Order: sequence, then C-alpha cells, then structure tokens
Amino acid sequence: MTAAPIAQAAGRLAPLHVRGELLAGRRVGAFHHLTLAAPGVPERFRPGTFVALSVGETHLARRAFWIHQVKPMGGHGATIQIVVEPVGVGTRWLTGLPTGTGLDVTGPLGRAFALPKEAVSCVLIGEEYAAAPLFPLAERLRERGCRVSMIVAGRDEAHLLSTLEAKRSARSVTVVTRDGSIGQKGSVADVVGDVLRREEAAVVYGAGTVSSLHAVAAAAEEHGAWSQTAIEQPLTCATGLCHGCAVPVVGEDGAPRLARACADGPVFRGDRVRWDEVGK
Amino acid sequence: MSVAPATIELAGLRLVGPVLTAAGCGGTGRELAAYGDLDRLGAFVTRSISLNARPGGPQPRILETPSGLVHATGLPNPGIDQFLATELPWLLQQGARVVVSIVAGSLGEYAELARRLGRAPGVSAIEVNLSSPDATVSGVFDVREPFHAAGAVSAVHRDLPRGLPVLAKLRPDVLRVVETARTVLDAGASAVVVGNALPAALPDGRPAGLSGPAVRPLSLRCVTEVRDALPDAQIVGAGGISSADDARSFLAAGAVAVQIGTALLHDPTSAARIAAELAVDAAHDHERMDA
Ligand SMILES: Cc1cc2nc3c(=O)[nH]c(=O)nc-3n(C[C@H](O)[C@H](O)[C@H](O)COP(=O)(O)OP(=O)(O)OC[C@H]3O[C@@H](n4cnc5c(N)ncnc54)[C@H](O)[C@@H]3O)c2cc1C
Ligand SMILES: Cc1cc2nc3c(=O)[nH]c(=O)nc-3n(C[C@H](O)[C@H](O)[C@H](O)COP(=O)(O)O)c2cc1C
Repeated sequence: MTAAPIAQAAGRLAPLHVRGELLAGRRVGAFHHLTLAAPGVPERFRPGTFVALSVGETHLARRAFWIHQVKPMGGHGATIQIVVEPVGVGTRWLTGLPTGTGLDVTGPLGRAFALPKEAVSCVLIGEEYAAAPLFPLAERLRERGCRVSMIVAGRDEAHLLSTLEAKRSARSVTVVTRDGSIGQKGSVADVVGDVLRREEAAVVYGAGTVSSLHAVAAAAEEHGAWSQTAIEQPLTCATGLCHGCAVPVVGEDGAPRLARACADGPVFRGDRVRWDEVGK
Repeated sequence: MSVAPATIELAGLRLVGPVLTAAGCGGTGRELAAYGDLDRLGAFVTRSISLNARPGGPQPRILETPSGLVHATGLPNPGIDQFLATELPWLLQQGARVVVSIVAGSLGEYAELARRLGRAPGVSAIEVNLSSPDATVSGVFDVREPFHAAGAVSAVHRDLPRGLPVLAKLRPDVLRVVETARTVLDAGASAVVVGNALPAALPDGRPAGLSGPAVRPLSLRCVTEVRDALPDAQIVGAGGISSADDARSFLAAGAVAVQIGTALLHDPTSAARIAAELAVDAAHDHERMDA
C-alpha cells in the first residue's frame, strides 16, 4: 500500500425517517432524475450514503437509491436528487408518480466513502446510475486539493450519467460503453488498470456491479492503491434491522465474517470483500 | 369501561407499555434506537441467540410477497458470549428492558444457554424460540410436537434462577396452538408468544417463514383460541401488527402485549409510533377514571 491512509469513517449522524415529497422528475436517457423534499436528510448527507423509499403499503421491502445531489430548491430549502432506472415494480411505480406525491423516505443510510487525509490522486469509477454518488464525492475531494479522474461506464450512451458533468467534476474522464456507442468500447475491467497507472492513483473509488467492483479492487491491489467500493445487494429493510443483506468480508482481525450491506456498508474497503462469494 | 394502566404486567415484569419488538426485526438495537428511544418500548426482544455464532444462510434470505415477507435467514447471530459482552451492555445502557430470544440445537444447549443467561445481570426475561420456520434446514431443535416444546422449556426453566421468567414462542398453527400452549405453561413458561412466522417456502423451495400483514388474521385467530381455552394464560400477540388499531385488536382479543416485527422493516418508526398511540389510550382511560 502507498501512503495516504484514508481517514477512519467519522461518527455519522443518525438517519431520519420522514414524510417526503416528490418535487420534480425529469427523464434523461434511460434514467429518471427525481428531486425529493425530505426534511433534515440533505443536511446529513455524505457521499456514498443512500435513501430508502417505500413504494406503497403492500410492498414491504424498501427500495434503495444513491443520493446524487443535495441542492436548494425554491420554497423547500435543501432537497435531494436521486437517479432511478425503472427496472421492476417499485422503480416503475416511482418513476410514474405525479409531482406532489408524498413518499416515506429514510436516510441518509449506510457508511459513506472515506476521504484521504492528504491531497492525493484519486480515480472514481462509476457504472450506469451507480455513478450518482461519485459526483458529490468528486466535489469533496477537489475541496481537499485531490486530483480527481473519472471512469464513467455503462452498456450504452443512454445508460451513462452526464459525461459533461463528469468533465466538469474531474481533471480527466474516460468513457467506456459495452456497445461503443460513446467513448471506448469495453468494460470497466478493460480500462481500470491503465487509468490507475496513468493517474498514479493513491485512492480508488468504485460504484457499480459486483463484477466491475471486483475488477476495481483487484486493479487497486495490484497498483498499491486503497480502494473504496460501494456495493449494491438486494435489501429488505435497508436500515440494518433484518440481517438479510449479508456481504462476505474479512474482518480487521483477518477472520472471515458476514457484514450487512446496508448498515456496515454499502461502502467497503475493496481488499476486505471476499468478491467470489458475494451474493451467494 | 375497563381501565388500561399506563404500565402493564407481563410474566411478573412491570413494563412501560404493551409494545415489544419481535425477535430478529430490531437489529442489535443500535440501528433501531436511531428512530425512537428503546426505553419507551415495553421491551426489546433480541434476534434469536445461540450458544455458538451462526453466520446465517445463503442469499436471498428475504423476499417480498403480497403484503408479506418470506424469510430464511438461518438465524445469524454472534453467539451468546459475544452477545453478552457487547450487545447486552449497550442495550441496558439505553434503559431498555431486554428479553433475550434463544435458539439451540439440542436440549443440552438450551440448558447451557439458560445457565449463561442466568448469570448475566440485567436480562428481564428469556424467550424460547420454539417455532423457527426453517428449523429443518438451519440445524436448530425442531419442534414438531407439543412435548418437544415442553422439553425445551423445562430444560431452560430448570437452569434459570427463580424470578427470571420464560416466554415460549409458538407457531401460529390454529390446530395445535392450544395444546402446545398448555404443555409449555405446565413446563414452566410464564407466558406464551403467539406466534412466529408461518412455515412457508421461498420460490426455490427452501423452507422459510411468512410474516407481515398477510398472516395477521391467522395469528389473531390463534390468540383467541388460546384465550378461550386457557383464560388464565398470559399471551403476547404477534404477526403482521402494523398499526395501533392492529395492536388494539390483539389486546381486545386477550393479549397482554404485542410484538412488532415485519412492520419495523418497512417503517423503522412503527413500534415507537404504535407505543405512543397506545400510551395516549392509556392516559385517556386514566382521565376517564379520575373524572
Ligand atoms: C445501496 C443501493 C443503492 C442503489 N441505488 C440505486 C440508484 O441510485 N438508482 C437505481 O435505479 N437503483 C439503485 N439501486 C437498485 C434499486 O434499489 C433496485 O433496482 C430496486 O430496489 C428494484 O426495485 P423494483 O421494485 O423496481 O424491482 P423488483 O425486481 O420488482 O424488486 C423486487 C425486490 O428485489 C429488490 N431488488 C431487486 N434488485 C435490486 C438491486 N439491484 N438492489 C437492491 N434491491 C434490489 C427490491 O428492493 C425488491 O425488494 C440501489 C441499490 C442499493 C442496494
Ligand atoms: C427477517 C426476520 C427475522 C426474524 N428472526 C427471528 C428470530 O431470530 N427469532 C424468532 O423467534 N423470530 C424471528 N422472526 C419472526 C418474528 O419475530 C415474528 O415472530 C414474525 O415475523 C411474525 O410477526 P411480524 O409479522 O410482525 O413480523 C423473524 C422475522 C423476520 C421477518
């Protein structure tokens, strides 16, 4: 490992469970950007945390979404923005709601990305909607004087978060799509090693599918960088109560154990995850 | 008009109200405490704790079903020693009344758990999980017949100091629940919890438990059966309770207290909110009495 140990996750503020409201929805490519009022939640946000939404009374499991942005909106104070891809019953319901609909929102949930103590070179790798938490992360890293580079990846152009925004957030941006509709044709695994070498990365942040994060963690390990990976696992309560979302990790004592994706994660040190066993 | 006291009596314990958490649905307590003070609840019931640590079962462990959840968690827990060293002291510090749910692979293990818990200061009661819906695959003592349940309860009861009550948690099986309740009460249980998740299966066929509003009418029926057959038995009602009105219907059916499980997974404030609403009922009843 190189220098630049990452700061211990500082004491986090307790999450809130509030009645929120859908303030605005906008379709961008394959995603819907939703703006939510959720009193008290924006003030507690740190990049890498997420919100859990209820999708009606008969669907008991919560739906998790990365907090993409926190910004003021006239008359509502601070609001949060999430990026939703409609893939199933809950996400379709959410993206079809009229503005003004009330929603139960819990958050911010989970452990945020740990930040480096010094101004070092950081590479941020985001796949599809999961790139959402990396934009506010880039901002915080830049405030600390870090050099920020990004890899934005997805199956095609419609499934990428704004590459323009990425260019504003980062010193260099690598775009990679499976079908080559924009940027390089390929996957995260194809490009990550080169980018880490080129940027002389000390810390690597990843958010995306388990297979991409595995590649990110492996590349970081090989390069001698620290990695912070934001893992998505199917959740039920999203609050740490049900012990349903086990992620296989190696504890600080070196012993294998199961952590909760929602409460002990979603951000884990890449070298602590037993990647081959995730989801089993 | 009957008068509900502000506090209730369960198994010889005085509790601040009739709302308890259900085992396995309140995390370690720390996560739940973010959404409401634990000392406002009648008691915090832990997830089922075993002698040795259990990692829990494979994914997926929990799936949504209409108005319910099916779960096969495999009872993950850190084992009794770790629980007593780290989780219990924190819960007691919060002022929570702690009911420790236990599960074991054999009667000998039940007895050993009872001995260790009997020496632990601060535990209010033991809840014996006699109704794990995935017992057959998770290697825990499989309670099929009432005498199995009674065996586990007496193994625990025998090794506990006097005054530490035992709650027996039963399956909400309307055909067997009365007989099982009678035998566990005879074996030394102070109260029965009716009931656990119903035996069900995950889509891949693995044994699992069905919980949530979908099972509420069944659970309520079981509570009424036990009340009718055993009017002196103390009953804790559980199964799909999600609102103060749900809780009121279980209390009206003869339960002295209720447990909130699945509702907490959907809304982590639900137990605190139901407790607060029932406390208002109790206060109104007092006013009426004073007037
Ligand atoms: C920490 C975290 C952050 C996430 N952030 C985003 C985001 O910013 N944007 C976005 O579009 N999606 C995000 N997801 C995925 C999103 O939560 C799921 O796509 C969503 O729950 C699917 O619900 P559904 O009812 O539409 O799908 P269904 O397939 O009908 O869901 C059925 C059940 O499976 C669960 N489930 C299915 N797929 C997933 C999954 N990939 N992750 C978690 N639970 C799942 C659902 O919660 C539900 O309980 C995130 C997931 C996690 C864990
Ligand atoms: C995810 C989950 C985990 C559970 N874990 C336990 C447990 O460890 N021990 C136990 O006795 N019951 C356990 N239960 C059962 C609940 O305590 C409760 O008895 C049952 O779910 C019915 O109530 P409900 O509908 O309010 O959840 C669990 C239930 C769920 C949904």
